[in-house]
Amino acid sequence: MATARLLGASIKRREDPRFITGKGNYTDDLKLAGMTHAAFVRSPHANAKIRKIDTSKASKAPGVVAIFTGKDMTGVNSLPCGWLLPELKIPAHMPLASDAARYVGDPVAIVIAESQSAASDAADLVAVDWEVLRSVTATEQATAKGSVQIHEVAPDNVAFKWQIGDAAATDAAFKSAAVTVKKRIVNQRLVANPMEPRACVARYEDATGEWTLWVTSQNPHVHRLLMTAFVLGIPEHKVRVIAPDVGGGFGSKIFLYNEETVCTWATRQIKRPIRWTSSRREAFQTDAHGRDHVTDAEVAVAKDGKLLGLRVKTTANLGAYLSTFAPAVPTYLYATLLNGVYEWPAIHAEVTGVFTNTTPVDAYRGAGRPEACYLLERMIDAAAAAINMDPAEIRRKNFIPKFDNGYQTKVALSYDSGNYGAAFDKLLGMLDYKKFRSDQAAARAQGRLMGIGFSTYIEACSIAPSKVVGSLGAQAGLWESGKVQVHPTGKVSVFTGSHSHGQGHETTMAQIVADHLGIPMDDVEIVHGDTGRVPFGMGTYGSRSASVGGTAIVMSLDKIKEKGKKIAAHLLEANPKDMEYVGGQFVVKGSPQKAIPFGQVALTAYVPHNYPEGLEPGLEETSFYDPANFCFPFGAHACVVEVDPDTGHVKILRYLAVDDVGNVINPMIVDGMVHGGIAQGVAQALWEEAVYDRDSGQLVSGSMMDYTLPKADMLPFYETARTETPTPVNPLGVKGAGETGTIASTPAVVNAVVDALSGLGVDHIDAMPLTPERVWKTAQAAKSKK
Amino acid sequence: MKKTVSMTINGAPQSHEVEPRLLLVHYIREQAGLTGTHVGCDTSQCGACTVHLNGMAVKSCTLLAVQCEGAQVLTIEGLAKDGKLHPIQEGFWEKHGLQCGFCTPGMIMSAHQMLSRNPRPTEQQIRHDLEGNLCRCTGYHNIVKAIQYAAEKMAGK
Repeated sequence: MATARLLGASIKRREDPRFITGKGNYTDDLKLAGMTHAAFVRSPHANAKIRKIDTSKASKAPGVVAIFTGKDMTGVNSLPCGWLLPELKIPAHMPLASDAARYVGDPVAIVIAESQSAASDAADLVAVDWEVLRSVTATEQATAKGSVQIHEVAPDNVAFKWQIGDAAATDAAFKSAAVTVKKRIVNQRLVANPMEPRACVARYEDATGEWTLWVTSQNPHVHRLLMTAFVLGIPEHKVRVIAPDVGGGFGSKIFLYNEETVCTWATRQIKRPIRWTSSRREAFQTDAHGRDHVTDAEVAVAKDGKLLGLRVKTTANLGAYLSTFAPAVPTYLYATLLNGVYEWPAIHAEVTGVFTNTTPVDAYRGAGRPEACYLLERMIDAAAAAINMDPAEIRRKNFIPKFDNGYQTKVALSYDSGNYGAAFDKLLGMLDYKKFRSDQAAARAQGRLMGIGFSTYIEACSIAPSKVVGSLGAQAGLWESGKVQVHPTGKVSVFTGSHSHGQGHETTMAQIVADHLGIPMDDVEIVHGDTGRVPFGMGTYGSRSASVGGTAIVMSLDKIKEKGKKIAAHLLEANPKDMEYVGGQFVVKGSPQKAIPFGQVALTAYVPHNYPEGLEPGLEETSFYDPANFCFPFGAHACVVEVDPDTGHVKILRYLAVDDVGNVINPMIVDGMVHGGIAQGVAQALWEEAVYDRDSGQLVSGSMMDYTLPKADMLPFYETARTETPTPVNPLGVKGAGETGTIASTPAVVNAVVDALSGLGVDHIDAMPLTPERVWKTAQAAKSKK
Repeated sequence: MKKTVSMTINGAPQSHEVEPRLLLVHYIREQAGLTGTHVGCDTSQCGACTVHLNGMAVKSCTLLAVQCEGAQVLTIEGLAKDGKLHPIQEGFWEKHGLQCGFCTPGMIMSAHQMLSRNPRPTEQQIRHDLEGNLCRCTGYHNIVKAIQYAAEKMAGK
């Protein structure tokens, strides 16, 4: 029976009915018998020594069950850093700070009470005697003479110095270049802001010595491993970590945080369950932040537009402590992407990671790759402007030509497959680029400022080949697990180490399974987010679930089919080598009437009366897939803007995206992820910024009132299209779609605004977001220079 | 000092002793046990807690439970009737108007009021009327499409 392929079909999501009826199951929805509630006492200062913490008044407050400070947590270790660089300085990061607090929001005590309001009330009564010190929050001031020293182990607040590429070749390229362009590029600090705040419920059962931790995590096994083995020293197998429905992550829910660690420790002390849910204000202060680079970038270019060299010096702000994967983000996830989609004779990049009195910085959607893409795409436009060349033309002139299997860059990575010019041509077609330029000229003649910006991007995803990342400092393997359990009735449960927090795995992974087995999707369930049910897995980040997690499932499906062939061949008295699996049946090749349906094989595996000699009963396979390489999605985005010359307000007229994410499992879901990614990247360009007051070290944009998240009326419909260049890295041919939009969109918007202002003589704007004030001031400064 | 408050939520009478400072959203989630209404912020920006109070869409984090004595409250759990999805719920499913699902109940409750006031909104009116609801996943594209779908479906009735 011929059935339409499920792979590649826009199938409605199977998870939606529970969400649209209010029946989702998020961590804060959980209520357990005897459950207590936690509130954390946090530092109101950016940098302060703790002289004394007095909990006596608070512990007498109504409803208080227990109060713990860092001094109570004996035998507990620092939160670990999971990626080590040579000579990396690793300061202790205790779950509750007891000597000093180093950023506003640093937790120093937990108050546990019978209700949330009682816990919060009592937390206000904990008296901390602070010795307030000077602080440093600004990236470029961290290493400045006279700046306060944050950690003894890190002189001058330097966490690491790192470099990649060929310095001598790059210097030589600059010496002989006709034109060089140097720009300051500030990639401002962002706050991820998933709509669901972080939360946890920790329960210890005295009778069994077992813990259950429900936590807003993108990777429950990683949470469990880090917490048990490194911090609390409790047995890993006695802790079950469940990440139920999780309301978005964008990276911020990868990391092991103080709060769930303290709650897991404390539940054993009080032998009652504890729930903690972050307020949004706490989320702003304590969810790992993203980006925060200050870079001096130089590009060398020939008069004909050929790129000759790229030199980059970046200072990356890591915050007050090293978050779980912090050192990887501004190094291996950033500078290795500086090759972009272009042919470069030489590249050299230096990165200095610095500590400041700010919230720790780690991966936020794209993680390093948006910073690289922004820098590169901005510099390409600046180079084009310097030689008076059209930004489309300079890109075309330098694209790496089409390749199917391997392109070695100048910064370590070897790309899988690419056809960059094709995606760009498709974009220019959608845009009608020539017409835009004549419209733009006409608008300018009327005093209107229209502009267009391109971004021809690449990203590295499907994180990651374990051996490669291990040699670069990762303290984890980055493979994925996939277990396929066929039940006697032929129904299938699939257990994936990936975690869905909006990505729709319950649908897309079922599409993979149902397509491969030729069975209805209703016969397939996808289980994720529970260390008690799922084999050890690495979770979801770095656009890895379909390509790495999906492939692990495919490997198990292949094993299921191989075993099924033996069972079916036995029933048909045929040779297993002559069997094939077609349309849900095991068939003797060339004899389609000799066939056994999948369900019958499943039943036979569990009722093995007429069964191959020596074959184990049962039909269940587990696979661990370690990718041979990263995958490299790419594409071309364009943004068309109009800038109000009187106010500096930027209006987006059109946003176009051509993405190549390899083969597509569910186009509707890929489009949705692209839309959301674009919105976040546009928001970095125009609105979002975590701002610290330089004197007090306070996070002044610390609420949704003060930090501009995009709203529906600030954004347009996005015009999306695709090219499909399958990756040779994995059998599904899928690359990854979760981060492309965020990576590509920020420079498209900024380039468009610069283009709009180019008639005034503007060729660059140092910093984002491009608020009306910043755009207006830039325009005024350019006018006054003229 | 606790106070007794009584209201009707999704047609079912509720009565509880509560602290006067208890917010309506926490009453709905903790006392009435209806956890489809979410808390996404603490400054009344996000709209994840949107419910209908006596027929008006309100952010249930901006009201005290005791202010709602005798009120009729409709939450996301009460929207589908007899197992049949409301056209707005259907629109969100059909048009992929949600990803993580956390903002979705508030979005749907806001859209419900929007369409009851203006059954045939333009794209710009939809975008403007969603100003009280934040979504971090969808970039709003498919939320707007979902509401357009629902408007057409409801107008066709």
